[in-house]
Amino acid sequence: MSRLPASLIFGAAVSAVFLLAALVSFLWVPHDVTNLVIANRLQPAGGAFVLGTDQFGRDILSMLMVGARTSIAVALVAVGIGIVLGVPLGLAAAATRGSLLDEVIMRGNDLIFAFPSLVIAILITAVFGPSALNAILAIGIFNIPVFARVARGGALSLWTLDYILAARTAGKGKLRISAEHILPNIANLLIVQATIQFSLGILAEAALSYVGLGAQPPTPSWGRMLAEAQTMIYTHPMLAVLPGLAIVLMVLGLNLMGDGLRDLLDPRLRRARG
Amino acid sequence: MIEIEHLSLAIHDTPILSDVSLQIGKGEIFGLVGESGSGKSMTALGLMQLLPDGAELVGQARLDEIDLLTKSEAQMCALRGNELSMIFQEPMTALNPVQTIGDQVAETLLIHQAAKPSGARRIARDRLDRVGLSHIGMDSYPHELSGGQRQRVCIAAAIALHPRLLIADEPTTALDVTTQAQILDLLKELVAEEDMSLLLITHDLAVVADMADRIAVMQTGQIVEQGPTADVLREQRHPYTRALFEASSHQPERQDQAAPEPLLQVRDVVRTYPGRRNGLIQRGAPVRAVDGVSFDLHAGESLGLVGESGCGKSTLTRAILGLEPVQGGAITAFGKEVGPEMPNALRSGIQVVFQDPYGSFNPRWRVERLVAEPFHLMPTPPSGAERRDRVAEALSAVQLSPDDMTKYPHEFSGGQRQRIAIARALITHPDIIVLDEAVSALDVSVRARILDLLADLQEQLKLSYLFISHDLTVVRAITDRVLVMQAGKIVEEGDTETVFSAPRHSYTQKLLAAAPVLDIAKETPLDALV
Repeated sequence: MSRLPASLIFGAAVSAVFLLAALVSFLWVPHDVTNLVIANRLQPAGGAFVLGTDQFGRDILSMLMVGARTSIAVALVAVGIGIVLGVPLGLAAAATRGSLLDEVIMRGNDLIFAFPSLVIAILITAVFGPSALNAILAIGIFNIPVFARVARGGALSLWTLDYILAARTAGKGKLRISAEHILPNIANLLIVQATIQFSLGILAEAALSYVGLGAQPPTPSWGRMLAEAQTMIYTHPMLAVLPGLAIVLMVLGLNLMGDGLRDLLDPRLRRARG
Repeated sequence: MIEIEHLSLAIHDTPILSDVSLQIGKGEIFGLVGESGSGKSMTALGLMQLLPDGAELVGQARLDEIDLLTKSEAQMCALRGNELSMIFQEPMTALNPVQTIGDQVAETLLIHQAAKPSGARRIARDRLDRVGLSHIGMDSYPHELSGGQRQRVCIAAAIALHPRLLIADEPTTALDVTTQAQILDLLKELVAEEDMSLLLITHDLAVVADMADRIAVMQTGQIVEQGPTADVLREQRHPYTRALFEASSHQPERQDQAAPEPLLQVRDVVRTYPGRRNGLIQRGAPVRAVDGVSFDLHAGESLGLVGESGCGKSTLTRAILGLEPVQGGAITAFGKEVGPEMPNALRSGIQVVFQDPYGSFNPRWRVERLVAEPFHLMPTPPSGAERRDRVAEALSAVQLSPDDMTKYPHEFSGGQRQRIAIARALITHPDIIVLDEAVSALDVSVRARILDLLADLQEQLKLSYLFISHDLTVVRAITDRVLVMQAGKIVEEGDTETVFSAPRHSYTQKLLAAAPVLDIAKETPLDALV
């Protein structure tokens, strides 16, 4: 058996820690994050507050845990939008290669790609009002062309194979072939892409909530924790360092996991590793 | 003079070669023959010190005074392309697509500092002229050349520094017969002219029979027999040589059972593709891939369709399978019209076996589901136990075990996969099976067994075969009648034996002349063989 790539193990472990923290936060957090107790403000790390408190007396660890929940939820749903809409579009484009439909889908993708994603996301949340849902939509829209391209690219190379021809002589239509033969065989590409898009989603969510267009108070989010810590960065640097570190670690973990999965799932790389 | 002595190789502790010894004299062509996995390519890569990671090589290999196996990687780099060079099977991938051919030939000279850039280009031009590419510009890119021309570029780069040894690993396997003959002639001339040694690696006995001074036969990492070509092929002392020889010219036992009524009629079929775009809207004249082809396939008959790559035979196949529309003429099967809109019942009467035993199956499906896929054509597909019984029956028909249905395709060898492909074609009990280069990718001994199987099935199930191939020996062995196709047209048609023994059309004559023939046995009286 081949060994698992080290980057996969490390990345998956880091991602799992954050996921676990987010899940635990539904049941239990060390301290309530909606309760502002000014008497406890700016406590140092250790003691009753493991990572200390912020200027409103909220427990940093609890906020990070609940913030992880927000980040993961937003990024996950945004990736889901990309997969659910993008993959069928990509498969349809590949199945009708060279047709008008293919052109329309791919040029539509190019159109979305041509917009600077974060600026449009800010526009959307600014027009429709800042909320987690609008952040999800804004990030999700830009995932659609990514998945459509990956799906089309993978599918095109499969359409030339003999087993697809054999399925056609068995009277199967393009829709059925796409579902039965193409989709399972490009699943590995999609999984890898999903991990990468997931990490980009976390970054985008942090950026949106940093400028106040993501999840709204009192729901904590990493981006807003950073923004609120900005004014105190010289006196209490840990307030900014901790959420920043959380973002960096989560994104790093997901990227490493994506890299590792690519190594594991891509048969060409698998052969190269021996 | 190349001397290999007691060469053994293991990769990750799996033995690959054991005790391989051979000598190649100056100016000699040495043929190394064997089936896939016999270790013939590994022997060559061992000489070049280009083995994969984890390889352990023991023994000796000397090129005149140079002891190859003791050289460091840096020293080998100085030797490769200089004293010993190599050409490969696939000229499509052996060249860098984004570099001009002139640069690629000159590169060898520059790396070995044998010439200054301007001088290197002049020598490269000279070498390209020598391999017969004087009409091709130095600034051409590989995609602008045909397969044969690309192989010539590879040869030009390999001989640019007048190496003492040229290793040719299946140099003509990917080429058409007429191109193959030209490339082999070129190699022969170059060996004589440069007085170099040529190690010719091939699976095709007929190729070495024509070319090599001496040959060695390899089986599972060992040389089982070697000697002067004529002696080895005439005496066939080792049973494996004999088996290989018989398999190469294998003739399955068949009965002529063709019925007079035609099952499949192809009438004046024209298949065109839109021309190349030469502007935003404008297109060139459409390309006629199939140009007015007509023939009948009778019940129980085996009809061969022969032609070189690009002659339109694959396009015609897809039209006959009803996968693509035709732009003129008509195809009818069992009296009904064939086309993309044809009913499933009609489709189930015509099934197909493809060439590539590796690309023919969805790697994520088990054999049961793969073989049962054509059931999709039936109004009420069998399910559960009935489906398993039918799959088991089809697997038994192709001499596989019904237990194999729970396995995945990667668990089978190439020959076994081709049996699974035949089982899939048989599952709907079709009358016509299109065999599209169905045995071309197989080793000779496996090919002989698959041909036997096909002949058996034809007799038992009264099948009609349309046998499409570029391999003339195979077509001659298994077909009753043959069509010769060139540039989209059928140029000759007739009984297989008549066409092969007395070809009328000049193209057929050219094809037959180019095909390498194993004729040593025929020259030998029968009693000498016993």
